[in-house]
Amino acid sequence: MAELARNEANIVQEEQATSLWKEGWIRFRKNKMALVGSGIVLFFILLAVFAPFIAPYDMNDQQLSLRLQAPSKDHIFGTDDFGRDIFSRVVYGARISLWVGFFSVLGSVVIGSLLGIIAGYYGRWIDAVISRIFDIMLAFPSILLAIGIVAVLGPSLKNALIAIAVINIPNFGRLIRSRVLSIKQEEYITAAKAIGMSDARILFHHILPNSMAPIIVQGTLAIATAIIEAAALGFLGLGAQPPNPEWGKMLADSKAYLTQAPWTMIFPGLAIMLTVLGFNLMGDGLRDALDPRMKS
Amino acid sequence: MNEPLLQVKGLKKYFPITAGLFNKQIGQVKAVDDLSFSVYKGETLGIVGESGCGKSTTGRMLLRLIEPTEGSIVFENEEVTKLSPQQLRKVRRDMQMIFQDPFASLNPRHTVERILEEPLIVHGIGSKEERRKKVREMLEVVGLSSYHAKRYPHQFSGGQRQRIGIARALMTKPKLIIADEPVSALDVSIQAQVLNLLEDLQKEFGLTYIFIAHDLGVVRHISDRVGVMYLGRMVELANSEDVYRNPKHPYTQALLEAVPIPDPEYKKEKQLLSGDLPSPSNPPTGCAFHTRCQACMDICKTIKPEWKEVEKGHYVACHLYT
Repeated sequence: MAELARNEANIVQEEQATSLWKEGWIRFRKNKMALVGSGIVLFFILLAVFAPFIAPYDMNDQQLSLRLQAPSKDHIFGTDDFGRDIFSRVVYGARISLWVGFFSVLGSVVIGSLLGIIAGYYGRWIDAVISRIFDIMLAFPSILLAIGIVAVLGPSLKNALIAIAVINIPNFGRLIRSRVLSIKQEEYITAAKAIGMSDARILFHHILPNSMAPIIVQGTLAIATAIIEAAALGFLGLGAQPPNPEWGKMLADSKAYLTQAPWTMIFPGLAIMLTVLGFNLMGDGLRDALDPRMKS
Repeated sequence: MNEPLLQVKGLKKYFPITAGLFNKQIGQVKAVDDLSFSVYKGETLGIVGESGCGKSTTGRMLLRLIEPTEGSIVFENEEVTKLSPQQLRKVRRDMQMIFQDPFASLNPRHTVERILEEPLIVHGIGSKEERRKKVREMLEVVGLSSYHAKRYPHQFSGGQRQRIGIARALMTKPKLIIADEPVSALDVSIQAQVLNLLEDLQKEFGLTYIFIAHDLGVVRHISDRVGVMYLGRMVELANSEDVYRNPKHPYTQALLEAVPIPDPEYKKEKQLLSGDLPSPSNPPTGCAFHTRCQACMDICKTIKPEWKEVEKGHYVACHLYT
């Protein structure tokens, strides 16, 4: 009998402590579409990292005698109007798109979260000022605002990144503000105050970690949008400048040869579509896994 | 039972009711209206009343989680209402709170160890090893096991979570604990366990409790003295036994009459409490209870009754005793 009790105690002890993150990961693993999305994202990340080893040609290597060649054994995606290998350019393009997508979103997450937290936690006039600024920014169509910012800063990939980061700030700011407003009312925040905790500690140890799940979800989905926006700016000639193999820019360059050489457009287009699809599937999966209540 | 640990005088909390574009104040809710009482070292003061009578607001004001509109709160000869945020943090080390909802009062993303360690970190007590050791000791004290430290709140039952909440309140070795309906969210079978735990802890650590509840049975079980609140005012305050055996105020009498008696043969003489609780934004004139009182006189409708000691240690605010 005593032994039985001891065994039972051992069983209880061996039981793993599972955090909410761990439970989320378990749910994520079961979601097939999310895994497919993550696979696609991982594929493009590997492509970007190992681009010099994967690409058979230099991205800017021009062979004018081989202009607008259809896909063949030597050039599996064909060549463009300067005789450059499209496959190599698409591979290197993954670097640009992922870089812009990731860092622009990182920028908007950091600045947006900070503003959102301040607005949500301190409320009153600070909230009113910050929220009105967000409203003003959201009143513009985002791509128009991005074009405006790039027009002021001058067209370049770096400025396109900054523009995309800026236009996404209010989205994150509002998201975090609403999270903070609801978490602020939770009793464990009152408990933290009752213990004698400072505002900074409450914000960074209690409110921020509890707001992370929607930030991660929204961030993943925002990378997809940012990639499209970067491609759009590139297409308009406001983003990456030649000869950078940016996917949107490649699409723009292919316009003139649409009928004779459709592969110049199809492959960069496919690359954009796939990356965006990958991030979207992954984001949806994360949302379902991390915050089941957010499912609409 | 001799010197007061906490003295409350004329405590008031009026919440403004605002409306319109410019938040114009159109009225106010008198959540707590002119409350005075003392809590003595080592005792348990129970505060009872219906929902919305201001019991929780009172508890939170004592810790200044809600800023009082008016009044004074003296804790160990220190005026709590006038403290700066830094000084207030120090006082909160000696005054802790246990919350009603054990599912909402623990941060879901922190392990039990982190939840219990945090009060010590905040007040800069001990080294990391000492703190960890204290956490494990405290878990044993409240009837959990030290191996529970690495788990998360959602892995515990309501009763266990409430024990964690109690452990958190005890970490800084406070003198006064304000328990805001600590058992009302728990199953009846668990309530008794938690109440007994609170009593054991009181003996072991020499704690003073302010025990807020709406359940008269629970309050009777644990309290030395009981205060009865109605619409933001205290109507009666006396030793626990006096309140239950010899209630003076008609509201207290009605409350006790409403307690169900487990005897099917027992017939209630009369319904003492009828009608709805008046709105605290527009409380009745004079004695706030006169709209529902069986013994209402003309004077009750116009003049607010004074807070008087009618027997030794038995305070009542009612015109029947003037």
